[in-house]
Amino acid sequence: MSAHSHAHDDHHGDGASHGTFKSYLIGFILSVILTAIPFWLVMDGVLDSKVATALWIMGLGVVQIVVHMIYFLHMNTKSEGGWNMLALIFTIVIVAIAIAGSLWVMYHLNTNMMPQMDHEMIKSFG
Amino acid sequence: MFSNPDLLHFIFGRLSIDSIPMFHEPIVAVTFAAVVLGGLVVVGALTYFRLWGYLWNEWITSIDHKKIGIMYIILAIVMLLRGFADALMMRAQQAIAFGDVAGYLPPDHYDQIFTAHGVIMIFFVAMPLVTGLMNFVVPLQIGARDVAFPFLNNFSFWMTTCGAVLIMASLFVGEFAKTGWLAYPPLSDIVYSPGVGVDYYIWALQIAGVGTLLSGVNLIVTIVKMRAPGMSMMKMPVFTWTSLCTNILIVAAFPVLTAVLVLLGLDRYADTNFFTNDLGGNAMMYINLIWIWGHPEVYILILPAFGVFSEVVSTFCRKRLFGYSSMVYATVVITILSYIVWLHHFFTMGSGASVNAFFGITTMIISIPTGAKVFNWLFTMYKGRISFDVPMLWTIGFMLTFVIGGMTGVMLAVPPADFVLHNSLFLIAHFHNVIIGGVVFGMFAGIVYWFPKAFGFKLDEFWGKMSFWLWTIGFYFAFMPLYVLGLMGVTRRMSHFDDPSLQIWFVIAAFGAVLIAGGIGSFLMSIVVAVINREKLRDETGDPWGGRTLEWSTSSPPPAYNFAFTPVVHELDAWADMKKRGFVRPTSGFIDIHMPKNTGAGFILAAISLVLGFALVWHIWWLAAVSFIVLVVGAIAHTFNYDRDYHIPADEVVKTEDERTALLAKQQA
Repeated sequence: MSAHSHAHDDHHGDGASHGTFKSYLIGFILSVILTAIPFWLVMDGVLDSKVATALWIMGLGVVQIVVHMIYFLHMNTKSEGGWNMLALIFTIVIVAIAIAGSLWVMYHLNTNMMPQMDHEMIKSFG
Repeated sequence: MFSNPDLLHFIFGRLSIDSIPMFHEPIVAVTFAAVVLGGLVVVGALTYFRLWGYLWNEWITSIDHKKIGIMYIILAIVMLLRGFADALMMRAQQAIAFGDVAGYLPPDHYDQIFTAHGVIMIFFVAMPLVTGLMNFVVPLQIGARDVAFPFLNNFSFWMTTCGAVLIMASLFVGEFAKTGWLAYPPLSDIVYSPGVGVDYYIWALQIAGVGTLLSGVNLIVTIVKMRAPGMSMMKMPVFTWTSLCTNILIVAAFPVLTAVLVLLGLDRYADTNFFTNDLGGNAMMYINLIWIWGHPEVYILILPAFGVFSEVVSTFCRKRLFGYSSMVYATVVITILSYIVWLHHFFTMGSGASVNAFFGITTMIISIPTGAKVFNWLFTMYKGRISFDVPMLWTIGFMLTFVIGGMTGVMLAVPPADFVLHNSLFLIAHFHNVIIGGVVFGMFAGIVYWFPKAFGFKLDEFWGKMSFWLWTIGFYFAFMPLYVLGLMGVTRRMSHFDDPSLQIWFVIAAFGAVLIAGGIGSFLMSIVVAVINREKLRDETGDPWGGRTLEWSTSSPPPAYNFAFTPVVHELDAWADMKKRGFVRPTSGFIDIHMPKNTGAGFILAAISLVLGFALVWHIWWLAAVSFIVLVVGAIAHTFNYDRDYHIPADEVVKTEDERTALLAKQQA
């Protein structure tokens, strides 16, 4: 095994904690709250603007991902000899490229090729 | 019962006797007859020689990475014959269908053929070749006994195979997509493609995609966690490096394909409007998303080929690879850059000058690390003692051919030029130039290079050289005319032409395809002749080429456990270093070896997935529900199987290793 991953069979040597009852409970409660808020936002129509509601849901979704990574996947900067962190950074870069790139590309495509589209979307969002 | 259409519809969904095209299409009927006859011969032979048990115990249920790698490559070769048959049919059609001559393929059939050709060649030839080679070679190169998740490996292979089976089924039951290999909407929407073709496409790729993704995860973990002691990242063989980057690309890119196909599936099955023409759907989003997967995909295919060439060049030039670290950095840079070039596949869709300029420039930038690699290979050859064995011939053929493909690629990267060349035969010539000249040549080089490791004897050299020359010359005859035609403005996917002056170019291209057929035949001959002459071609040293990496330190074929003792690595090119320092093979002190056990679960789960896919294609909902439930329950039940490992007793290890000691002693005597 390489220097990063000595003790292949020894799961305690990899720098990741295994979690306690308390940490799982905190994770669970946070997840429930973070799931309940979007439902509440949609069911009660709390916000006037649908765009703002959608953005809130997406934002809470991102927080939810972080909660899962910390409390359920036990990720920290040191787990698996830093490989988890590297993988996370790579994932964030790729997802950012894909989302930002798609928004940029699709914005230009819509403006140039489907001028009626933005209008319709704005109308449908009310 | 036949008077009750509702009941029939419930039982068979859309499937009816009219769905079987062989009753009205003579070409399909003849193919079907040939397949049935061939299948009966194989089944008969297996039964006669009592091989079913052997096949099940030693291959189908095997979790040995070497056997799985070999099975991937067998799958790829079988599918190559199918995909190439499609290519020959297209070339023949285009060579004759001018003016009043309609050709022998109706447009409806022709459209299925070019779609099937593309899908099969990328997903079921190139991908299994790459995955198979990585599976076989990577654990051996890093001194490991198997991959990290052996059962998953077996499951991945059978999922890929079941995807291929579903595609093949579409030939005889129903039809295949007529949409081109990426199934662009709105053409692939239910409105314009109401048949089962696109559904076959979706489910075949979804099933195979599970396999590809899982095998990507598996190989990443294997490379990161299971390297021999002393093998730091910068002491890994280049092929292992390119495999690592390829699998990272797979894990990051394939979920995008899965998601896009789910959305397309929802449009077709659940009346959603993600990519439809109206109700807010946007087909351009499909094209954007599928190329976010599609561009990394081409680097998924080419990076392992680059790895093969690196190994072959340094072995057959008898020296270290020139610029190892620049090779590694170039690979990593390509991995990242391959994510920011995707728009060059649709410059003409109308994103405007600023977006096109950005992606045109990134596309040109990505050719720089690739160019650096070519120079590294050239400098490795410089002042090397080059022996022109078959793998080296493929490598030289690659360097010449791939550079031409790379240059036409940079031409296409210029957006104004792309507006002229988009979807023309110039594009077709370009990507066949890089895929044949790069991926296919690389995989042939790899197969010839590692064949003695896998089977214990070399491939026949005469037929190997024939294969190389026929493929190379055939390639130029087949695709240089397409560059010319593309520059004249001829577009792709045409089944008929009006202008008779174009015909001569298509005839030349068809001639080239026939030469390539000879190349494929010669490759198969090189295997057949080698099997006949295997005693003469036998490799008893385990190191027939004077290799430099760890896979050559063990016997050919390697024992199930690969290495009796895990090797310790001090240098790059570990085996060359060990040989130089006078490595003495340990001949005693063997202990029991802990190994994973074979299991039929992967095959069974994949077979159920195949049934599920077939049921979904034909809207046989009860069967889909049943097979889905069985699949989930089966997968969960398998996790409770704790009887997954066994020990190879030390006695057996001693016996195997003693045999090898005797062989090596005979060599030296």
